[in-house]
Amino acid sequence: MENKKTEEKNSLGIIEPKHFTFAESTDKLLLESGQKCGPITLAYETYGELNSDKSNAVLIVHALSMDAHAAGFHPGDKNPGWWDSMIGPGKAFDTKKYFVICSNVIGGCKGSTGPSSINPQTHQPYGLDFPIITISDMVNAQKYLIDHLGIERLLCVVGGSMGGMQVLQWVASFPHMVRCAIPIATTLKHSPQQIAFDEVGRQAIMADPDWREGNYYAYGQPEKGLAVARMIGHITYMSDKSMEEKFSRRLKEKNFSFEFKTDFEVEGYLHYRGDAFVKRFDANSYLYITKAMDYFDLSGDKMLPKGKPVNTRFLVLAFQSDWLYPSYQSQEIVRQLKMRRVDATYCEIKSTYGHDAFLLETEEETHLIKHFLDKTFRGYNILREL
Amino acid sequence: MTFKTVRLDHQIIYKIIEPGSRVLDLGCGEGDLIYFLAKEKAAKVQGIELSEEAIYKCVEKGLSVFHSDIDSGLMDYPDRSFDYVILNQSLQEVKRVDYVIKEAMRVGKKVIVGFPNFAHVAARLRLFFSGKAPVTLSLPYHWYDTPNLHFLSTSDFKDYCNEKHIEILNVFYLGKKKLIRFWPNLFAQNALFVINKP
Repeated sequence: MENKKTEEKNSLGIIEPKHFTFAESTDKLLLESGQKCGPITLAYETYGELNSDKSNAVLIVHALSMDAHAAGFHPGDKNPGWWDSMIGPGKAFDTKKYFVICSNVIGGCKGSTGPSSINPQTHQPYGLDFPIITISDMVNAQKYLIDHLGIERLLCVVGGSMGGMQVLQWVASFPHMVRCAIPIATTLKHSPQQIAFDEVGRQAIMADPDWREGNYYAYGQPEKGLAVARMIGHITYMSDKSMEEKFSRRLKEKNFSFEFKTDFEVEGYLHYRGDAFVKRFDANSYLYITKAMDYFDLSGDKMLPKGKPVNTRFLVLAFQSDWLYPSYQSQEIVRQLKMRRVDATYCEIKSTYGHDAFLLETEEETHLIKHFLDKTFRGYNILREL
Repeated sequence: MTFKTVRLDHQIIYKIIEPGSRVLDLGCGEGDLIYFLAKEKAAKVQGIELSEEAIYKCVEKGLSVFHSDIDSGLMDYPDRSFDYVILNQSLQEVKRVDYVIKEAMRVGKKVIVGFPNFAHVAARLRLFFSGKAPVTLSLPYHWYDTPNLHFLSTSDFKDYCNEKHIEILNVFYLGKKKLIRFWPNLFAQNALFVINKP
């Protein structure tokens, strides 16, 4: 693929989405639940070039509502991918040096196989016939993609939030394939509070009569329920302080309406976010993916089983005002790494943005990731070369 | 960076540590010491540091460092994880000195403790003649802005080791530019103790 350079020097320009299909009829993917699924398509994008010894591949894995479009522009789009400030020439994931892959997840609705895909047996959308998937299933599917790309060992697996869970799962499932891991604003397992927020989101969707037990594809989305789920999500992604700074108690009009209208700016913002989300995300996918996050549990020694050597370097990042994935959860990852004496760096970055910080504090992330990645890439004896 | 431009306390620690050792530096700052040890002695180093800005500097150097205070940074390590645990110029700032030293000796086979000597002659003179809390080269802070929570002399630390049955393997008394041989508790600005729990 040749990227057309846009005028901006460090932009990747126009990016074309790619798809990879595997697990066709004879060799279906065995899921953690015991069910089988296939064929499976994964949407992905790549930026930069794979080097001759295939040692410069970075896998980016994404959060709940993101997709494979991490950087550059899709034809006709005004906005770039969701982590464009981190990926491109000269950026944290420098595409002049690294071959960057961003893979979507199974269960999603952004070009990969999920509940809105056509079930080959019924020729109808799967709906709730789609099997329950887990983070480990998502990673197993990505492993097929990485094999398909001919990469035996990834330089790095990196992601925030649910992306961070996939990073940890990569280390647990395929430790020999991960030279360094960067889990950001994430956890080894969801706390009851995190499960509770997910469940409220799911209940909002399922309580919407338009959900129709998941068989809504002929009629249209349960928009109200999905929008409410997204609104709850957005509240948990911000912090008290960032909401104060962004909205305070500002009104949309001059005075109170004395009706149940959108008086406050914060209400308008949530409605806008909810409405935008239903246009781009499938309600059933929201159910499946949040369930996968809730099931995820690599606590204790499950990530790094005793007796197995660990050769993966870690950079663990958390954000001070993130109350959805509080820093104690990242410190629990660090605790496991210390117990195994794994070479690791941990930093809790100052921020008022809450969980959203992992998408916004890119300057700090860039500084840490750029150097960490560079030193890992140049080999472990870097200290002597400097 | 040549050896001679390296801080005296770092030069001494450098000499103490055997090549290839596993080293944990508590309060590693911008990582100058462990960088030096990794580069020149092929030591396998890990830092613990509270300042976010200092961590950025460490990561620039390619060092691995945990963002944490010293008091809570040690407990997760298994026994004898390191050949050396270094507590250089950070002991006087930790909250629970006794606990940290005990933990450091559990986690490390040997512990190197470095601190400013409160009984240095300059400090004594200032206290004696002006009646004011000492502000000296090794204790450069005022009473109101010092990060130091504990003030101790080399004799105090020896007493402490005796009382706690800690073995002192070696002591170095540091002047401004060289080691001090005579009347160390009077003339040493800083001291480095190598200790362990027999």
